[in-house]
Amino acid sequence: MGTTTTTHASTPARAQPALLVAGPIAWARANLFNSVWSSLVTLALAYFLIKYAVSLVDWAFIKSVWTVPTDPATGRLDPTACRQAKADGGACWAVIWDRYRFILFGRYPFDEQWRPAIVIVLFLGLFVVSAMRRFWRKELALIWVATLTAIFVLMWGGVFGMRYVAQDEWGGLPITLILSTFGLACAFPIAVLVALGRRSTDLPAVKLLCVVYIEVIRGVPLISLLFMASVMFPLFMPEGLNPDKLLRAQVAIILFAAVYLAEVIRGGLQALPKGQYEAADALGLSYWRKMGLVILPQALRLVIPPLVNTFIGFFKDTSLVLIIGIFDLLTSGKIAVTEPIWQAFSTEVYIMLGLIYFCFCFSMARYSRGLEREFSKSVRR
Amino acid sequence: MMRMTVGALVAGAFLTVATAGAYAQGSGSATIDAIQRRGEVNCGVGGNAPMFSLPDAQGVMRGLDADFCRSLAAAILGDPRKVKFIPTTAQNRFTALQSGEVDLLYRTTTWTLGREGNLGGQFASVNFYDGTGFLVKKSLGVKSAKEMDGASVCVAPGTSTELAVADFFRTNKMKFTPIIIADQNEIQNAYLAGRCDAYSTDASSLAGFRFQQGDKREDHILLPDIISKEPLGAMVRKGDGKFFDIVRWTYFAHLIAEEHGITQANVDEVARTATLPEVRRMLGLEGDMGKALGVDNKWAHNAIKAVGNFAELWERNVTPYGVPRGINALWNAGGLHYAPPLR
Repeated sequence: MGTTTTTHASTPARAQPALLVAGPIAWARANLFNSVWSSLVTLALAYFLIKYAVSLVDWAFIKSVWTVPTDPATGRLDPTACRQAKADGGACWAVIWDRYRFILFGRYPFDEQWRPAIVIVLFLGLFVVSAMRRFWRKELALIWVATLTAIFVLMWGGVFGMRYVAQDEWGGLPITLILSTFGLACAFPIAVLVALGRRSTDLPAVKLLCVVYIEVIRGVPLISLLFMASVMFPLFMPEGLNPDKLLRAQVAIILFAAVYLAEVIRGGLQALPKGQYEAADALGLSYWRKMGLVILPQALRLVIPPLVNTFIGFFKDTSLVLIIGIFDLLTSGKIAVTEPIWQAFSTEVYIMLGLIYFCFCFSMARYSRGLEREFSKSVRR
Repeated sequence: MMRMTVGALVAGAFLTVATAGAYAQGSGSATIDAIQRRGEVNCGVGGNAPMFSLPDAQGVMRGLDADFCRSLAAAILGDPRKVKFIPTTAQNRFTALQSGEVDLLYRTTTWTLGREGNLGGQFASVNFYDGTGFLVKKSLGVKSAKEMDGASVCVAPGTSTELAVADFFRTNKMKFTPIIIADQNEIQNAYLAGRCDAYSTDASSLAGFRFQQGDKREDHILLPDIISKEPLGAMVRKGDGKFFDIVRWTYFAHLIAEEHGITQANVDEVARTATLPEVRRMLGLEGDMGKALGVDNKWAHNAIKAVGNFAELWERNVTPYGVPRGINALWNAGGLHYAPPLR
């Protein structure tokens, strides 16, 4: 008993340096202060970090103005408080408070804005459900069809006592979500077919067509495609037969996204060892079964990171529709600060827009990391 | 094959345009007929210009251009709500007009020879006379643009302002440094931060910007020199004279209403008691003026009832931004808005 106590008594003495080997202090010593220069750089960076973090908090929360009063004489908002706050180095969040519904829903009729609000929720629900692996079966397609139908019924209305709202009046976040979700959902199957077509050896005509399609579309910027859709295309159509502006932009985005996705998928197809193709052939599988059961599942798994990269890129690229006068999220935000009383407070609005885009893109990125880890389990095993 | 299809489409489009006039019935104008069939005026606006067309916090299009669209809908269809605002950009506005996507443009479009000669459009009205001006800080002590030799001027690239400023300084043999910034908000921040001596754009925007500075607005002065002409108005497609007429005369009706003191509030009253022949003709009490234009005789009555006379339009949309009437007054008050006799 006595001996054991002595052995134990020495343990805390040995535990002491353990903090300097494994604890946060040790980590800091190893990574931040391992030499004189390293320490200097750390201190300098810490100084700037703290300095700017403090002034950011100061700007955003402490010196900021959240609402402004209405001028009783004119019935308009009086931005004097905001102007004062700006002069003192504070943010003016009143612009968001005044305009958030316009930024989110654009020119959608004000009393009917519960409809696009539900649409946003439906989209988010659709994303979450599609992300969960336990829903990955045939019924998911039905869920998509049902949700998208519901989304368009809500947006257009005209049934169940809801007022008809033409596409010209749609705007804000629903437009961004519609353009990107539809764009990618429609582009993906096209991309798979085009990628397979480009790799095909038995059908030279199809291959040529796919190569020409890819190279032509990839050779021009998205802006010029949108311009074509918006400016050139109507001139070739007979009068009165003019597809809607939103539809034209949507088609341009689908065509463009399909090309980039097709090239990503082709990368996956090429990365698969030849043995996989030969093994599937040896089993006597037909072309489509070979692709559907053996090749594509493996090829797509390989290219999850670049696919998600493309998705994120396209989610943000939809904002280019601003050049053809469609009020997506970014355009609505820009229009909101065109109002002279808010002109000086564009920073606040852009921060809000940035946060919205960031939430979507960051969750996509996190999700794809999870998916990669999940899929690579089998490989690691 | 591909070429042939495209060629056939183009030919078809031209044929449709060419024959549309010949087959037109009813009003005698293809555009008016299309509007009546559709039950809506497709009005191309900017949707991003304060005072002219900008959605408010509730998403409703507000401004002088927006109200002129409403007034046209009232004149043709009898209901100012039957208008669809189609936002267009500076780049796609003329295609939107040419392709028939919009019936007309009320989009702060400057009336120029090139646009009538080359673009197949025609200006039916000028609802706002604008021009390039300079805003400077009072502390600079400048009284006229001619005293600005060597100044730095903040302008947006690719605009008619940029050209006008360069021309102005060259013709007056003065030097200047252009500070080119694309974004309007950034220009204003740069000007306020003192990066340039003067801020140049359309005088109306400058006046609006100055007004929005609140109690600091006295620190800035708008120089009296207006160095370019920017008549902004309604652009319609060439070849539909009847539609041109109704757009133009609806604008005139607002001027005539202001001249005779007819307002949104009293137009019904005036229509009952009017004795003045011109007013009686305008309000459809005699003369079948509406019929002559291919619309209902109550066209002007409806238009005035919808948005008021020109002074009311101005007070609702422009006065809040602190822009004085100036050359946009009626001709008998020293301005340029002049309506020919309605008879």
